[in-house]
Amino acid sequence: MWSVSEGSHATAAKLAPKVPMNETRSMASEKETPVRFQISDLNFFYGPKQAIFGLNLSIPVNRVTALIGPSGCGKSTFLRTLNRMNEIIRNTRVEGNISLDGQEIHGMDVVNLRRRVGMVFQRPNPFPKSIYENVAYGLRINGYKGRLDDLVESSLHRAALWEEVKDYLHKSAFALSGGQQQRLCIARALAVNPEVLLLDEPCSALDPVTTAKIEELMFHLKDSCTMAIVTHNMQQAARASDFTAFMLDGKLIEHSETSKLFTTPKDPRTEAYITGRFG
Amino acid sequence: MSATATTIVNEVPPQAGPRAFLRRLRGGDEIAHLITLIFAAGIILLTSMLVYELWVNSHLSRAKFGWMFFFTKVWDPNFDNFGAAPFIYGTLVTSAVALAIAVPLGLASAIFLSELAPRKVSDVISFLIDLLAAVPSVIYGLLGIFIVVPVMRTTIGPALINTVGNVPYIGALFRGPNYGVGFLTAGIVLAIMVVPFIISVSREVLLTVPREQREAAMALGATRWESTWKVVVPWARTGIMGSVFLALARALGETMAVTMVIGNAPTIAASLLSPGDTIASIIASQFTEATGDLYLSSLIELGLVLFLITFILNGLARILIVTTERGGGRPA
Repeated sequence: MWSVSEGSHATAAKLAPKVPMNETRSMASEKETPVRFQISDLNFFYGPKQAIFGLNLSIPVNRVTALIGPSGCGKSTFLRTLNRMNEIIRNTRVEGNISLDGQEIHGMDVVNLRRRVGMVFQRPNPFPKSIYENVAYGLRINGYKGRLDDLVESSLHRAALWEEVKDYLHKSAFALSGGQQQRLCIARALAVNPEVLLLDEPCSALDPVTTAKIEELMFHLKDSCTMAIVTHNMQQAARASDFTAFMLDGKLIEHSETSKLFTTPKDPRTEAYITGRFG
Repeated sequence: MSATATTIVNEVPPQAGPRAFLRRLRGGDEIAHLITLIFAAGIILLTSMLVYELWVNSHLSRAKFGWMFFFTKVWDPNFDNFGAAPFIYGTLVTSAVALAIAVPLGLASAIFLSELAPRKVSDVISFLIDLLAAVPSVIYGLLGIFIVVPVMRTTIGPALINTVGNVPYIGALFRGPNYGVGFLTAGIVLAIMVVPFIISVSREVLLTVPREQREAAMALGATRWESTWKVVVPWARTGIMGSVFLALARALGETMAVTMVIGNAPTIAASLLSPGDTIASIIASQFTEATGDLYLSSLIELGLVLFLITFILNGLARILIVTTERGGGRPA
């Protein structure tokens, strides 16, 4: 079992090779940024049906990578291969390599992998416990023995929820609004200090104001966390991500910096999708 | 339901006369309201008639023994001296034994069927378990007489006496002569009877736990068992408790199978191996031979007592569910 030291978040920031901020927007390209996830020749099957075909992609450190594409194109399935979440579905099969910081994830202990790669789901899914216990849950099951209070508070701060809930920490999580619940789920994922945060359409059940809050939160999290977000909302991909990957029918069609992909798409299918001609 | 009906009445301005009433009846809603109301009221009527009958017919016994009926340990038809204490004791003890065995067994099976077994296997086994729940209790009584009682007499009973019987305090539960019939045997047979209820209901409830809950726990690094025990089972807690209370209700009132294996002796004994009697079993075994008026009246009062016990335990169960619900804070 792992254990976190008191200054754990700082440790994570050190672990993640940090890119100087002045480089990020204008100069950084995919090649220059260190890679967190390297996916090569990924195939995925639900029983006999293939859902992902020969996908190659790299997800750079401390950036937001958006996955867009029409419903059923395999983007959520792809996201869930990154923390091996598909394994709990019966009759599924993965081929190909996914490496996290140079280490093949299928050879790792799955519990350890999921601790390093957190996930936020489409619908807010807090546990039927208090706000505090929700955030502390991941720490407790991972055998964390230090002061929970500090980590709970810092996680809620990172999820931009602390100010709203600090007086109600022991109230039920279900008393929160949908947007607050989703930020609570983000705080819960952040509490175990993951290197990567996978977001599976995190705003699809939320209103525009709350969505904006979560996008802002993602922007701040980039300092310490690599993120991959599946979204149906192209404006969201354009606003919140640094890189965008467009998928269609289980294949990766195009992947580049978000600004490039949305202004000068190389593939006609990408252009058709982002201009709203299908999907 | 009444809220819906009210809205509709408000939308349509009330018209005078029987014609208007008939026209409204044709709408269907009013009829449905009326019919369901009548049937619902029928349930209340039935229950109150039951209590009324028990109350009136137990008049003699109530007049003679008063509250002492609950505490008197004697049941002596020859001298017209009757008390409910041994039977209340027997009812509570056998039900407690039954739940102590059936709850862990049932919950573990339900978790296996809902979380671990392949879906097809789970469905087939669940079908068989539902069949078990429909087996008549006299069949379970036969199972008890031909299998459980001999095994208790020759194997389990002596084994318990020689091992746990020597332990201080709890040893008192397993001492004295071992006839094979008794509280423990009745409890075991009851456990066999109620375990299908617990499995069947708990499995259904566990299957309704949203997949997102399980995934949320696993995404945080929980193992399969951790996510099951710390997230899925607590989510289903209310339903699981419901299944246990259903089982308890059945155990308290079970008559035939218990009568066949409990030994039919109005005793209060610390030893679970001792023969005893429950309220239901004494009524079943003595009702036809109850000659005197007071004898009959006392048996009927026992029925009233059983009704009371069931009522109180169900009430406590409700309170328990409501309080844990408030603690957990799950949306209704």
